[in-house]
This record gives sequence, C-alpha cells and structure tokens, in this order.
Amino acid sequence: MFSWFYIEGILILVGINLMVVLGLSLLTGFTGLFSFGHAGFMAIGAYVSAICTMNFGIPFYAALLLGGIAAMVASLFIGYFTLNLKGDYFCIATLGFGEAVRLIFDNLQYFGGARGLPGIPLETTLAKVVIINIIGIAAMAFLIKSRHGRNMIAVREEELASQAIGINVFHYKMTSLAISALYAGIGGALWAHYLGFIQPLMFQLTKSTEMTIMVIFGGLGSITGSVVGAFILTFLPELLREFAQWRLVVYGAAVIIIMITRPQGMLGGMEFSLKGIIRFFRKFGKKKGQSAINAPEGGAEG
Amino acid sequence: MSVFLQQLINGLSIGSIYALMAVGYSLVYSILNFSNFAHGGVIMLGAYIGLYALHLLPMSFLGALVIAAFGAGLIAVVLEKVAYSPLRKRNAPSLYFIISAMGASIFLENLVIATIGPTFKTYPQIFNPIPFTFGSISVSRIDVLMFVIAAISLAILVFIIEKTKVGLAIRACSYSSRGSNLMGVNVNRIIFVIFLLGGMLAGIAGMLFGMKYTVYPQIGVITNKSFIAAVFGGLGSLPGAVVGSLLLGLIETLSSAYIASQYRDLIAFTLLIVVLVIRPSGIMGKITEDKA
Repeated sequence: MFSWFYIEGILILVGINLMVVLGLSLLTGFTGLFSFGHAGFMAIGAYVSAICTMNFGIPFYAALLLGGIAAMVASLFIGYFTLNLKGDYFCIATLGFGEAVRLIFDNLQYFGGARGLPGIPLETTLAKVVIINIIGIAAMAFLIKSRHGRNMIAVREEELASQAIGINVFHYKMTSLAISALYAGIGGALWAHYLGFIQPLMFQLTKSTEMTIMVIFGGLGSITGSVVGAFILTFLPELLREFAQWRLVVYGAAVIIIMITRPQGMLGGMEFSLKGIIRFFRKFGKKKGQSAINAPEGGAEG
Repeated sequence: MSVFLQQLINGLSIGSIYALMAVGYSLVYSILNFSNFAHGGVIMLGAYIGLYALHLLPMSFLGALVIAAFGAGLIAVVLEKVAYSPLRKRNAPSLYFIISAMGASIFLENLVIATIGPTFKTYPQIFNPIPFTFGSISVSRIDVLMFVIAAISLAILVFIIEKTKVGLAIRACSYSSRGSNLMGVNVNRIIFVIFLLGGMLAGIAGMLFGMKYTVYPQIGVITNKSFIAAVFGGLGSLPGAVVGSLLLGLIETLSSAYIASQYRDLIAFTLLIVVLVIRPSGIMGKITEDKA
C-alpha cells in the first residue's frame, strides 16, 4: 500500500518540519515567546537559498546556511524593534512580519512574484535531511543544557525575577529568536530544494500555525516532544488522506482538547535520555523484586 | 479631488466593518487579556448564517441580519464555554488561551469546508445596484448601508457599556477583574455578555462583508486586519479600536488608489510594525504596565 518512495517523501517532510519545530521549540517552549511569523523566516530561507543555488551556483550546504543566516538577520532586525513589547503585542507584531514577508515576495519579480519560483535543483535527500537534523538536535540539546539555555528557561518562568538576578532578558530573548529563525530558515531552504518549486502562498499564516501546533502537541519545553510532535503530526494527515476534508477538523478539535486537558503537551518538560530509561527499568525491576520479597511477609502478618 | 473623496467614502465604509470586528476582539482583550484568534471563525460563520437566513426568509434583510447576529453571538458563547472556560478555571497563562483559540479557528474553518464546501458563495441581490451619484462621486448603496449599520450597532454597544448596569460591570472588570469579583460582580456572567456582544458584532460584520464581497471559508483571514486596527488604536480600548479601524480603512483605500493596489496589505502590515515601534500602546491605549 505504501511504497518506500512514498514513505521516504513523508520522512523528508518530517525532517524539514522538525528543523522549524526545533527552532520554535526553543522560542516558545524554552523562552516563552510566541511567534506567528515563522513562515516568514521559512520563506526567507527558502528564497535566498534557492536563488543561491540557481543563480549563483553556490553549493547546496552553503546555500542552506546562507538561507538560515538571511532569516537570522531578518529576525535580528524585527526582534530589535519588537522584543521589548509586552504580551500579545509581540505576537501580533510577528504576525504582521510574517504576512509582510510573504507580500514582499509576492511583489518581487526577481523572485518570481506571485507565480512562484520553479526549477530549483532537487538537492534534499533523506540522508542529507537526517544528517542535518542530527546536527540540529545535538546543537539544540547542547544549547539548552548550557548556562544560556537555563537562563532562557528562567526568562520564561519569571521575567522580572530573572532580570533582578542579573539576566539580560532582552539579550536572551533576542538570541532565542535569532537561533529559532536560523533553524526556520534552514528548514525553509530544505523545503525549497525538496519541492523544486516555491510560491509565496506556501508561507501563509497557516504554515506558522501548523508549526506552532507541532511544538505544543509534542510538549512545551522538550526537544524529545518536538521530535515526536513533528513525526506524529506530519504522518497523521498523510494517514488520514481518505478523510482529507475532515482531517483538519479533527486537528483543530485535537488542539483544543489537548489545551484543556493536558496543556503541557505530550512530553512537556520531559526529555528522552538513555539514563532515564535505564533508571525507569531498574526502578520497575526493583519494585517487582521488592513486592516479591514483601508478599510472603505481608501474608505472614495477615 | 473627486478621486480622493471617492476613496474617502470607500475607506470609511470598509473601515466601519473593520471597526465592528475590532471592537468585538478588543472587548475580549480588555477583560481576558488575550488575543481571541478564533474571532475570525465567528465572523465567517456569521456570514454563512446570514446567507442561509436570507434564503429562508427571502428579501427580509433585517430579519437575516438579526439571525446572523444572534447566531454568531451564540457560537462565540459556546466557543468560550468549550475552549476558554476550562482554561480560565485553571488560571492558565495567556499562551494557552491563544493556542486554544488557534485550534478553534482551524476547527471552525475546516468544519465549514467539510460540510458546506470550499467554494465561494454570493449573497442574493437585495438592494438596487445602481449607486447614488453626487456630481462625479458615486457611492454604492451597500457602502452606505455598511456604514449606517456599523454606526448604529456601535452606538447601541456604547449605550450598553456607558449607561447600563452590565456596562458598568464590564468597565469595572476591564479595570481589574479580580477586584470587581471581590466587589460582588459575577465575572463569569460578564464574560458571557462580552462574548455574546462581541459575537453579535462579528455576525453583523460577517454578513455585511459577505454582501459586499463573497462568502468563503477563509473569510476569517480579514480579522488579521482587525487585529492591526486594534493595535493602531490600542489593545483593549474600544474608542481606539473604532478610530484605528477607520484609519486603517482610509489608509488602505488611499494607498491602493495612489500607490498600487497590490501594496495595500503590505502597507498595512508595515504600518502595524511602525506603530508598535513608535507607540506600542496605540493611539488611545492604556500603557500596558498599568494593567497587571
């Protein structure tokens, strides 16, 4: 029923989404900022990298990085102006940014305008996506375990208190936004080189929402959760193809149900680690062992 | 000059529709302190309810408008009960409210696509399509109607908020919902009223918008404009939402007339960011720190 070619395609999409989701996870899950503009960063990454490989003959990996960096530069620009805003204002500013980026690409004839940009070399393969994802996950795990990652979590938990103990809140918000834009840009670049065709319509607000929902579904504040979220929510719509029209209805309802029942997501705040699993099994074994020993005693007492 | 006047009138008529949407959104923001991103879904359903009401009661425009208003109000209330009320009871951070609202907006939009279908639908022709003409200016009847109905609805809203007891409670809650709860205001009831009023305005806006253009499931996207308008005027401020909306309408029509129509949305979004940078509290907004 499912040919390998089909599954490989979905796995590549999982990897592409995962890059963006990892970045968003840092921003939303660890720093507590909410962005509606990540489709804009994806668009910048996609267009810049596509132009790099098509018009300037820059090698694929370098073009990916350039796309990511372009998105990062844009994020520094937008972050500098809007990160001081409180609450929903930042959220709405990113919404405006995302839509503005899309509309700019809509009107730039150099980038194909509204008709889109065809003929991008098909460079994204499963092996490359896996390698990039492993690097991305490792770098993210490293960052979060570091002092900087802990400072970001402090900013999420209590902004005023962390400012009081000398954490430069603005600096950490900015770093978080920039790194998350880098990931989104690379994700967009991979997407462009997988599809071979990009169009501003592909980077609408719904794309940003989709990515955010993956982060939340997997669990805020967890890299493992992001991976699981990207996997499940990329595969699920494919598996539900037959109910094509109803799948997004289910999707929307699922988001509400998750929010009102388990708002921390599937794996909120939890991480996968080998040690943890070993500990879990040891505890499990011990409990079993203990109960086996205790049972006759209890029986003797009774 | 006549082009300018023409665009001025167009801008005011579209701005008044934005105002209806932005006020409903701002009402929710002023009490619950979160962006109700599901407002667009309510507007879209209002447009559909109005359309089907018109088919049921042919040619009775006002009847259909009332049905659309109450239908959308009811939907907004149900939405609050299902998607926000459980979060409110748990004192969840506003992030969760926003996410729940996004889920609701995806749900509503796709429910309509799955049941009614993704196609564009047009309202039947109710009013005489021949525009009023004053010299070289022509004003379509629907534009005048949009402006008048928006003005009447907003006047009724202002009356409710300024003169009635419920309105007093709403104002108290928007100042401090915890404080007014301590003073014996039933905050849950006020939130019910807020969503009902906001939803009714959304229904009216949806129906008028649908009459001027067409009805389709993604119609809620225009609420992005009402967020911008609300930010222009200052989040949570009702007069600000109205002024911001009219300004946005004017800016949009004037920029499409004098610059280029494809830059219309881009200019709106750029202005949004500029306003946020220069004066984040908007034209009439409260300074955010004042409100804990």
